[in-house]
Amino acid sequence: MEKSLFKKITGNQMFIPLMALLLLVVINLVVDPGFFKVTLGTNNAGNPVLSGYLITILDYGSELAILAIGMTLVTAASGGQDISVGATIAICGSVMLRVLCGTNPRPDAIQAPILVAFLVACVVGMLCGAFNGALVSFFKIQPMIATLILFTAGRSIAAWVNNNMLPIVPDPKFAYFGGFIPGIPVPTTVFIVIICIVITILLLKFTNLGLYTQAVGINEKSARLNGINPTFMKFLAFVILGLCVAVAALIKVSRISTINYSVIAKDIEMDAILAVALGGNSLSGGKFNMWASIVGAYVIQFLTTTLYKFSVRSDALAAYKAVVVILLVVFSAPKVREAVGSFAKKLTSKNALKEEA
Amino acid sequence: MENNRMLEMRGIDKSFPGVRALQKVDFSLNKGEIHALMGENGAGKSTLIKVLTGVYSKDSGVIRLDGKEVQIHSPQDAQNLGISTVYQEITLCPNLTVAENMYIGRGKAKITNWRKMNADADALLSKLDIPAKATQQLASCSIAVQQMVAIARAVDMECKVLILDEPTSSLDEQEVEKLFGLMRDLKATGVGIIFVTHFLDQVYEVCDKITVLRDGQLVGEYEIADLPRVKLVAKMLGKEMDDLSDIKGEMEPYQGKDADEKIYEASQLFSNAGIKPFDFFIRKGEVNGFTGLLGSGRSECVRAIFGADRVLGGTVKRNGKEVKIRTPRAAMKNGIAYLPEDRKNDGIIGDLSVRENIILALQVLKGFFKPFSKAQANAFAEEYIKKLSIKTASADTPIKSLSGGNQQKVILARWLLMHPEYLILDEPTRGIDVGTKVDIQKLVLELASEGMSVTFISSETDEMLRTCSRMVVMRDRKVVGELSGEDLTQSKIMSTIAGGE
Repeated sequence: MEKSLFKKITGNQMFIPLMALLLLVVINLVVDPGFFKVTLGTNNAGNPVLSGYLITILDYGSELAILAIGMTLVTAASGGQDISVGATIAICGSVMLRVLCGTNPRPDAIQAPILVAFLVACVVGMLCGAFNGALVSFFKIQPMIATLILFTAGRSIAAWVNNNMLPIVPDPKFAYFGGFIPGIPVPTTVFIVIICIVITILLLKFTNLGLYTQAVGINEKSARLNGINPTFMKFLAFVILGLCVAVAALIKVSRISTINYSVIAKDIEMDAILAVALGGNSLSGGKFNMWASIVGAYVIQFLTTTLYKFSVRSDALAAYKAVVVILLVVFSAPKVREAVGSFAKKLTSKNALKEEA
Repeated sequence: MENNRMLEMRGIDKSFPGVRALQKVDFSLNKGEIHALMGENGAGKSTLIKVLTGVYSKDSGVIRLDGKEVQIHSPQDAQNLGISTVYQEITLCPNLTVAENMYIGRGKAKITNWRKMNADADALLSKLDIPAKATQQLASCSIAVQQMVAIARAVDMECKVLILDEPTSSLDEQEVEKLFGLMRDLKATGVGIIFVTHFLDQVYEVCDKITVLRDGQLVGEYEIADLPRVKLVAKMLGKEMDDLSDIKGEMEPYQGKDADEKIYEASQLFSNAGIKPFDFFIRKGEVNGFTGLLGSGRSECVRAIFGADRVLGGTVKRNGKEVKIRTPRAAMKNGIAYLPEDRKNDGIIGDLSVRENIILALQVLKGFFKPFSKAQANAFAEEYIKKLSIKTASADTPIKSLSGGNQQKVILARWLLMHPEYLILDEPTRGIDVGTKVDIQKLVLELASEGMSVTFISSETDEMLRTCSRMVVMRDRKVVGELSGEDLTQSKIMSTIAGGE
């Protein structure tokens, strides 16, 4: 009975990301318990804000968590990944600024309501997703190749949208989305993530998105013979990811009220894919666990923040991350898990023998 | 006799979580012997084979080859010891050429001499009379030819023990004959052959000995002459069987007053799968079938009816009204269900649970925005697991971990749950044990007597004779005849298939 419980825990898909999270927590606890201190202070504008490393993780992990939702669906349905999300964030962000600022990069007031700008960005994000999705589902191009197009061209398109100028949004309200709403000490991004997660829960509960996507990812031919349209499901996954990209773009642009075409959301696609993999989801499609991906996203942010705290230089960050990633991925490989499982089994049976003796 | 012993397995044990797949099983094989391994689904045949070929490692027991104890830890080990296997499902690479498939992973050399390899392959293919070219892409061959290429590969590896795991299930009679010829030749050269099959006829035609397994245990080893057919079936099932009784006569045909109505009618229907336009209809509560040799187009016809291939032309009427069926979804909306021939590629969704596999079709029909509640889905799954006595640990078990026969039952449950008006079963009994076969046949007749129309396709003619009241005969992708009533005999079907009266 004990053994089966042990197996149940280690066999669960959430085990790896949660273990990684626990490990990071323990390391930080040992090195410096102050890591977990959350203080209530005031910011420059005199509003109450929570601060501390944990808040940073929650705040800066938001974009990744939102992208992980869409990336999980794309991975499950198409068995491939979208590597263009960073570039499409640049496009969406740029479009948002274009709508807000018009042709003048230094306007005195915003030219359109923020909501309109956001909705336009959503449409653009979904169009980009539709472009990728069409290439993948109708033309049967491998996802990584199909999305390579926007990956390459995206940042140039983003710059072109604003004539290569860097508009600055004059309205302080726009900064709320990536910062704080006056009077509320919790970062706004946390609420945005919660809204996204709730929508995802509702989507998975009240539609067959999960079942259809997995069916298509596992066996496209039999999914079709059961009346599912695999082409459409793949297309839909990319469009949903496009929407996630637009939301992430809102946060990214709002954080600095402007944009830097070549740097914004750089390499975020790799982190998003990593989040999916960390969550124990097969990168070749099929069954998925959305929660594991989301936890995976925060684990990555936790790691990044921890490394910053140990004053790892930002240009060396990637190398450190890679080491941790290797460890995680190797540990989550089925072969290693099996070995660990049988080792634990031996230990428990030895103990049992000792007790008997 | 003892000197002749080539392979000996003693006291083989193998457990999986929750199941003891093999318990103290013995098996032995002599030189130049064709030895049938028989048993129902889940009896442990495949597990025994996989232990022998190193796919699974045994928990305990001894394997001796030529009197020496051997350890087989991987398929590579088995191959090096001269044990070759041809599996039921094709395990070659469809995107490589025939020759590449035959020689892949075998050469010790770092450099491949392509010209020699192709020449060797062509020589072997022509020697074995296999209609394929060395440089042809494997995927462009028919399933039967692919199977024969797999055998050619095994034969060429100079094996001592050749294992054929249901190699005939996708071959037609001529091809089976060819294969048997091949087996006899090999036998004459001293190769020991282990032959796993569900076809009783074939066992008696070609085998010397039979070993029967049941529920993971050895029932016994018999000389073929000592074990008549009825006894063999009894040994496999552990009980006497009314296998060959007339089940059609026992069942009342459908008696409703709409019994004469054509619920489905197609005229000049054809698809991109290369069949000639055909006419077809089915009445309410009728069981009919498509028959013909493998590759005659019988599967392609029903696929066109279901919209599984791209329909290129023809009109379709349902209950007399013209409807358009171009996609599986449209067919399902019109009350048509289709159990495909290729269970692994077209039927199951391997990683999903038994429950999800059962509810899938009905769920799709119900709509994207109306998922079943968990309780409802569970209720459906439990109902059909019980109804069809599907052997599974739970409804949450992934379908891929079930045995073939039980997977088939799950797919059948999927379509029955949809309560179709018209059910198409393409080879529903392939690779399934005798007991389940009869169950499925009875079920078909039962459904028909309740008013469901069923089209039944099977490579086994006697199975079709026992269920169908009308048969459409096909040859070379064309409908060449239709038989019903007194014409429904084995010989009449044969002569119609052969043609040229």
